Amino acid sequence: MAKIIVENLVKTYRIAERQPGLTGALRGLVHRNHRTIHALNGISFTLDRGELVGYIGPNGAGKSTTVKVLSGILVPDSGTCKVLGRVPWLERVEHVRRIGVVFGQRTQLWWDLPVVESFDLLCSIYKVPRTDYRARLAELVERLDLGAFLDVPVRQLSLGQRMRCDLAASLLHGPEILFLDEPTIGLDAVSKLAVRDFVKQLNRERGTTVILTTHDMDDIEALCKRIMVIGKGDILSDGTIEDLRATVSSERDLIVDLEQEADIADPDARLVRRDGHRVHLRFDPRRISAPALISRITARHGVRDLFVENPPIEEIIAQLYRAQQKT
Amino acid sequence: MIAYWAIFSARLRMLLQYRAAALAGLSTQLFWGLIRVMAFEAFYRSSTVIAPMPVEQVVDYIWLGQAFLMLLPVRLDSEIRTLVRSGNVAYELVRPLDLYNFWYMRTIASCLAPTTLRSIPLLALALWVFDMRLPPSAAAAAAFALTMVSALLLAAALSNLLNITLMWTVAGEGTAGIMQVATFLFCGMIVPLPLFPDWLQPLLTYSPFAGLMDLPFRLYTGHISSDQVGSVLARQLGWTLALVAFGRLLLARGTRVLVTQGG
Repeated sequence: MAKIIVENLVKTYRIAERQPGLTGALRGLVHRNHRTIHALNGISFTLDRGELVGYIGPNGAGKSTTVKVLSGILVPDSGTCKVLGRVPWLERVEHVRRIGVVFGQRTQLWWDLPVVESFDLLCSIYKVPRTDYRARLAELVERLDLGAFLDVPVRQLSLGQRMRCDLAASLLHGPEILFLDEPTIGLDAVSKLAVRDFVKQLNRERGTTVILTTHDMDDIEALCKRIMVIGKGDILSDGTIEDLRATVSSERDLIVDLEQEADIADPDARLVRRDGHRVHLRFDPRRISAPALISRITARHGVRDLFVENPPIEEIIAQLYRAQQKT
Repeated sequence: MIAYWAIFSARLRMLLQYRAAALAGLSTQLFWGLIRVMAFEAFYRSSTVIAPMPVEQVVDYIWLGQAFLMLLPVRLDSEIRTLVRSGNVAYELVRPLDLYNFWYMRTIASCLAPTTLRSIPLLALALWVFDMRLPPSAAAAAAFALTMVSALLLAAALSNLLNITLMWTVAGEGTAGIMQVATFLFCGMIVPLPLFPDWLQPLLTYSPFAGLMDLPFRLYTGHISSDQVGSVLARQLGWTLALVAFGRLLLARGTRVLVTQGG
């Protein structure tokens, strides 16, 4: 049974616009222009138990709006949505008991309280039995390495420490679904890796369903089997990373380190870039297979090293957005 | 219930830390109290008509007003205001709690903590050093204590209404300003309500603001006999229930129009 069913979700915001300058401000007192922003244009998808889904899109695409509707914070204009059999905004209180939410740009901890007191408070709010709470807290402290700053007020934590605490806070009540809205925003490489490893482990061992929004494609590649791309309120693509690549282009890159600096001219490959001895070629495997191309090049040039890779995922997504803008 | 209690006590503990603010407030209120007492005594001395409230009762009334100033619903809860401004209100909505009760508990705590910190030393000083008197009877004292508790519930309901308007205004200074004027005037903080014109009396004593200060204070001084306590409680609790119902309605609408600030 699907855990999350979303059908035709629509959400619009009405924004009052003001003309710039003093005259604009005065005119705004009498008459206001409103602009309607379509945050969600009728999106639909379903998610199964234990999925770890990446939800990506540019700023203002509707990612956070989707997460906020699914977590019961915002009420959509139309469309239906069921999470664990409940409509989030109608049965909010029962619904949120079974989900965990982290908004990367905010904190759910009490700013002036020591971390552990925030945890205690959340434990009371969610009515977690004391024994469960202690066991879960001990595990989270160990896995996220929180021991050193449990007694420090939240305002004194570094961003990476705070994010780890926020993650722990969202899991104290043992939710079945975890919404992560940009959990790695602003984190250094070490903290990012720690967060990624933790989320991966949680999904694998606990079977927690995770929905992750991010701008960091490394997050997506490291974690998600399934990716949904959203742009301007519409879902542009939904599938595995390979599916995503295939929808845009099947091209691959061949990177060759030559013995001597030279340009490689091949009818089936395009020269993308050349930095000294290193040459970047792009080719379509449907026209020529990688081994065939490689043997042709090695026959003509002295090659020190070579490797084949997929074009960066950012490029693919940027192409998707460009294609949407044209239509 | 445990959840709401936890929130209440956390907020209370947080607010009880502000000793310096309490001390500063205490001296301000002492100063104001003295000036007001002198002003009213001067009025009474130069007056030739019989006032509807004896001067000794007015003095008690003024000191009580200074002591319980922080109870009045004239400020926005700073925490809730920050939540709405920053958009962190999103986290409030992912808690398995009724949002109205969640905020109501917080508001009760933020009315109670500063009131406790200021009223106890100020009352002690006023009774000991200045001419404030104790209630005329044990019954009056009990009636006062009881109606002050329900005044707290009433004040928090009004205050919470103010918090809820933040959903539309985001800043909230305007609504707080209107509330401030109405509250100070109609609760008896500026001039004790019995000294207002007779034709205004029915309106004044049945307004929600009278239950905040005027009615309990008159029970304390004996201006209202302590057997009227039932009627006062009924007025206070009636208004509290009405305001809570209205606040819930408003909040339900507010959460539908909610736009989370800052992405």
